Amino acid sequence: MKYASGLVAVGFALVLWQGIVTLTGLPKFILPGPLLVAETWWTNRLLIAEHTLITAMEVLIGLGIGTALGIASAIYLASSRIGRLVIQPVLVFTQALPVFALAPILTLWLGFGLGSKIAMAVLIIYFPVTSSFCDGLMRTPQGLLDLSQTMQAGRWRTLWLIRIPAALPSLGSGIRLAAVYAPIGAVIGEWVGASRGLGYLMLLANGRAKTDLMFAAMLTLGVFAVLLHLLVHLATRHLGASLEERG
Amino acid sequence: MSPAPGITLAGRASIDGAPLFAPLGLTLPAGRWTCLLGGSGVGKSTVLRLICGLPTGARFDGTITATDAAPIPDRVAYMAQDDLLLPWASVCDNIRLGARLRGQPADADRLAHILGRVGLSDHAHKKPGALSGGQRQRVALARTLMEDKPIILLDEPFSALDAQTRAAMQELAVELLRGRTVLVVTHDPGEAARLGHAILVLTAGGVTPCPPPAAAIPRPVDDLETLQCQAALLRQLRDAA
Ligand SMILES: Nc1ncnc2c1ncn2[C@@H]1O[C@H](COP(=O)(O)OP(=O)(O)O)[C@@H](O)[C@H]1O
Ligand SMILES: [Mg+2]
Repeated sequence: MKYASGLVAVGFALVLWQGIVTLTGLPKFILPGPLLVAETWWTNRLLIAEHTLITAMEVLIGLGIGTALGIASAIYLASSRIGRLVIQPVLVFTQALPVFALAPILTLWLGFGLGSKIAMAVLIIYFPVTSSFCDGLMRTPQGLLDLSQTMQAGRWRTLWLIRIPAALPSLGSGIRLAAVYAPIGAVIGEWVGASRGLGYLMLLANGRAKTDLMFAAMLTLGVFAVLLHLLVHLATRHLGASLEERG
Repeated sequence: MSPAPGITLAGRASIDGAPLFAPLGLTLPAGRWTCLLGGSGVGKSTVLRLICGLPTGARFDGTITATDAAPIPDRVAYMAQDDLLLPWASVCDNIRLGARLRGQPADADRLAHILGRVGLSDHAHKKPGALSGGQRQRVALARTLMEDKPIILLDEPFSALDAQTRAAMQELAVELLRGRTVLVVTHDPGEAARLGHAILVLTAGGVTPCPPPAAAIPRPVDDLETLQCQAALLRQLRDAA
């Protein structure tokens, strides 16, 4: 039902788009219609697929590394008071920096290849994952902590058997947020300096006034982002459900 | 399990300088059920948490000692009003949580025996979310029993249950916790009259012992003396308010 209404909305937007282009007669380097974009997409499908693969790799690797780093940091912060006192404010402060401003430096340091884009994605993902998971770890129901104290539980066993499972739904929402940000990070990295990837293709097409190709690349990126979002939702859904299972 | 000691708490508690309860002396006889009855907010949970060694919002000046002079917190099993079951763990894993948290192997025979006693053998692999309120409470009781501690501290353990289930759970708990030093914190005069070998009424003025009915616990719900005791306790609570 949700998807059906979504498809109807997309269909409506496409018709509207084509209508505007046909009625106003805008030149195709300003606004190509969806039919032209579809045609361009099809004739360039191999080119687009190749660049999509690159961007997808950057995003997925970035998502993996960023999530892993975020999980490790959150566990460290949640188990160390000193860590929370010293490192958390630093983390929050670094969030005030626009990460995008680092893109040129990352390209300088890590080159034009995958590395700088992955680093960009990791930087963007790291904070939401760390902070949501850490919040979850710090919000363990007090009753459960009391219970484990009366049972003479060790600190690490309490973390492993109670605090981490109780925080998995928060980790799930952090990862879902990360999945939204990751493609943005990768594409910005590609804009700043790359020879491959959808972001690079968009810039290239734009520079040569191939606006239809730019739209085709952009829409591909959009479809990829939506698919990634759905995939991550499916993968993390049971994390979120684990706490709500109680009747 | 080591023999159940008696416990004495003597002292006063205050919250931010304001007295919570006046200097009081409270004794839990060894191997018996003591009911601590009082209205909400008088400090019943605070007393229980102090004995458990759990943090409280109050500052306590005084002593808490066992008759055998050994430390108390590591000999305590705690059962709260909320069943505190882990929603993601099976009934079995919830019951052996203590051993898992201490990194010890859980005694499988004992687990099976206790599961049987609380009537949950068929539900061992279900998640708590799939159980009724009474069943969940029985899992919490089984977890408390599995700890096999001589001192049992129960904080309004049955207050969330309907009347029939509560009566059944009280009987089960008395049967399974025989011989241990049990403290039940409750706001229900009926529960105190039914379960206490010793009945203590906690008010802002201190602790007042109340003579328990003669019948053995769990006293029958229609025992005349128990009903009279219940009425007397209620009167005492209302006079204090
Ligand atoms: N952590 C806390 N911090 C401050 N005040 C608290 C805290 N816990 C309980 N209190 C206060 O202490 C008083 C007694 O609480 P409690 O022992 O839970 O009462 P009871 O169990 O009898 O209802 C209450 O007035 C409550 O507001
Ligand atoms: Mg209470």
